[in-house]
Amino acid sequence: MASLTLTLPLSPSPAYAEEKAPAETEAAAPVAKIAPNAQEFTLDNGMDVVVIPDKRAPVVTHMVWYRVGSADEAPGQSGNAHFLEHLMFKGTKNHPEGEFSSRVSAIGGEENAFTSNDYTGYYQRVAKEYLPEMMAFEADRMSNLVLTDEVVAPERDVILEERRMRVDNDPGSQMNEALNRIFYLNHPYGRPTIGWEHEIRALNTETALDFYKRYYTPSNAILVVAGDVTPEEVRRLAEETYGQIASRPDSARPARPSEPISPGARSITVRDEKVREPNLMQFYAVPSAVTGAPGEAEALSVLSDILGGGSTSRFYDELVRGDGLATYAGAYYTPTAVDDGRLIVYAVPRSGVQLETLKAGIEASIRKIAEEGVSEEELTRAKNSVVADAVYSQDSQQSLARIIGSALAAGRSLEDVQTWPARIQEVTAQEVREVAQRYLDPQRAATGYLKPVADAASGGAASDQASGPAATQAPQTETR
Amino acid sequence: MIAPLPRAARPLALALGAAMSLALALPSQAKAIDIQEVTSPGGVTAWLVEDYTVPIVTVQFAFRGGAAQDPDGKEGLGNLLSGLLDEGAGELDSKTFQTRLKNRNIKLSFDIGRDAFYGNLKTLAANSEEAFELTRLALSEPRFDAEPVARIKAQIISKLRSEETDPEDLARKAWARELFGEHPYGRDREGTPATVELLTAEDLRGYADRILARDNLLVAVVGAIDAETLAGALDEMFGALPEKAELTPIADVKAADGKRAHIALAVPQTVIRIGGSAMKRDDDDFIPAYIADHILGGGVFSSRIYREVREKRGLAYSAGSSLLPLDHSGAWIAAAATRADAAQQAIDIMLNEVQSLGENGPSAEELEEAKSYLTGNYALRFDSSTKIAKQLLGIRLDRLGIDYVDERNELIRAVTQEDVRRAAARLYGDPASVVTVGPSSS
Repeated sequence: MASLTLTLPLSPSPAYAEEKAPAETEAAAPVAKIAPNAQEFTLDNGMDVVVIPDKRAPVVTHMVWYRVGSADEAPGQSGNAHFLEHLMFKGTKNHPEGEFSSRVSAIGGEENAFTSNDYTGYYQRVAKEYLPEMMAFEADRMSNLVLTDEVVAPERDVILEERRMRVDNDPGSQMNEALNRIFYLNHPYGRPTIGWEHEIRALNTETALDFYKRYYTPSNAILVVAGDVTPEEVRRLAEETYGQIASRPDSARPARPSEPISPGARSITVRDEKVREPNLMQFYAVPSAVTGAPGEAEALSVLSDILGGGSTSRFYDELVRGDGLATYAGAYYTPTAVDDGRLIVYAVPRSGVQLETLKAGIEASIRKIAEEGVSEEELTRAKNSVVADAVYSQDSQQSLARIIGSALAAGRSLEDVQTWPARIQEVTAQEVREVAQRYLDPQRAATGYLKPVADAASGGAASDQASGPAATQAPQTETR
Repeated sequence: MIAPLPRAARPLALALGAAMSLALALPSQAKAIDIQEVTSPGGVTAWLVEDYTVPIVTVQFAFRGGAAQDPDGKEGLGNLLSGLLDEGAGELDSKTFQTRLKNRNIKLSFDIGRDAFYGNLKTLAANSEEAFELTRLALSEPRFDAEPVARIKAQIISKLRSEETDPEDLARKAWARELFGEHPYGRDREGTPATVELLTAEDLRGYADRILARDNLLVAVVGAIDAETLAGALDEMFGALPEKAELTPIADVKAADGKRAHIALAVPQTVIRIGGSAMKRDDDDFIPAYIADHILGGGVFSSRIYREVREKRGLAYSAGSSLLPLDHSGAWIAAAATRADAAQQAIDIMLNEVQSLGENGPSAEELEEAKSYLTGNYALRFDSSTKIAKQLLGIRLDRLGIDYVDERNELIRAVTQEDVRRAAARLYGDPASVVTVGPSSS
């Protein structure tokens, strides 16, 4: 229990001492370390392990992350990583279909799996005494999966229904998908993780098994166990289960095709008769915590918070409050990505305001930050918010496991994640201004417009699809 | 970067906007958590779980009387209030109030269900005094200035307009309309663009004066705070509220069985919602009914609907069922979404499963599996401050005692096959109501 206490600095950082409005922006949060008591080690076969002890409840979260996602699929096989993720529940030579899930259910456990463009993950949450059994099951399906056309075909239909639910039924998602496609000029991040419909239809037992055999091996996997366990216990159990699997050589994913220099601003308009509230999204090309120069991802996180993080942000103040152009406006940035990522801006115009006018307003707000910088008060507020979130994240073993697993699967280190709040504290106003100047250039951005069919004005190549509130929501991070 | 795609959808209860968890969190081990009942000098009570592992304090509270209390023609009033309490209070205008919260990293939000108005407060322990003060201001001295009222109204109306062509939202609203008709439960808790447009600061003040009081308040607290400090904090946060709420009596209503409704929308996938009347939370058969629903379509990969609709036939990604216990009614709901040309097939399969469970009850094996899952799943609902507070508040809203946490698994274990058969017959014996949204041919 004592090991869960936070790391407190001996004195406030200089940034606090120099702040201009101490009464309002006092250093509220001590600098926290994310999961300060987490421990990591590597098995002989190359599988990485992170243990995050939390003894508050007799429960564990057991996750296995593979360093492979939809951006690693062969051309023409979009959706294959996600397809395999579904098929991993179809049984092994030791445990026929349903046995693993039945067991999880019988012990009152929860389970699920998820796929992103960079990683694929599987988890169970169970009472701690069942951890050894979960590890044995999960290790088994790392190398003993059995697939037959009989179980594969209905699951492909399930995924087509999933695509209909997430995308085809929702014009906003269609705009998002189309925008992502035109934003990336060469990198496979431009493909949808769920896959294009016609390519999902062509996926089969063979494509899934090829992917499985190529990438699912201990040296390409990360085990994360959070909850009422000790690192020693997990090490012993991991050696008995995952440790018994020989790693295949050359399983690491190859580098993906990289982006050329942006030829200029681009946009796409998706139209649909169902659109009641037009809206827009902008993607700006920015580095990730993996690809950026030291401090860039930190400065971008602070920038995105000042620009569009909630109702004290610039966008909210300049575009939403008062007689602003927008009903909603915000921005977000996720630093965890293998390759360069996106800073995302979204906005819904006030009734009667054209999307193009709103876009100009957004770009004016961005230009102001690039030219004039941010105030010390804004900077302190944004930094404190990151530090506080680190403390809040400490409350949930599940979210800690997810934060750390996704970061490691994208190529970040545990140390990098743990010291993130401390590095955020070092960001200066000058650095925030510099990343705004360097990266928030409209010439490097793509804009997506969602419009009703009737509106005559158009911002770019027309498509006959379109809208909804999806564009105004931050990406979902919950897995169920 | 891109949001991960989960294998299975979130639990149906969330998708339905159901008020609270069902409070069936069932610790099986003897002393799972230590709950203290704290009463302030001013007479406000709270259930407290003291835990200093992480230096944060979580407060979840509820005032009985939710969207069902919206006056006729002013639907969406309580929901609008939930968006405006943190938009300026006392001497602080909207921006100043929001800045105070953000500077201290205090997370304060409000929400509304059909039967209760909710508050959620999360703060670093070091900032708890200011958090309590801001909560008091929000509840007791909201300003309802013209600018935030207009802004939040516009945001709600924008969202409601988007929902007018979203098949899931359309289905959710149509389902409630069909099952509850003209009763307040038949209305959407957020109102309509037309009703929200007409709401005024005066309406908001009237609603707050009626609903935000001490005799209908329930509080749960988890985290780094002791009973004595909490007692003072309770009076700080809630002491300035009027003693008694003025709730409009709500009639009991039986959810309608056998209704059919279709909403035409140009989408490739038909959204299906079926359902019917169910028992209220205080019914003796509620726990057997909860087990029956779990067997039909609860949140595991082995439920009947999940197996028949998804696993065997690939007819849906998300397929399951849930119970909706309300203060003045009860309903069951089952949901799926299937390509339009196969929608009828999916409906037939779901109705067949419903009917079969209603006529024959569960097998002995199914019952054992369900009990095993539900009793084993207890601890997973108590592994973070937020979850614990939510469970405690749910138990209080369900009018169960402080010992419920320790007793609940025994109640589950005591359920017999005959109990579930009887409950399933009551639940699923009448013809189900069916609501679909999709192309007209379906």
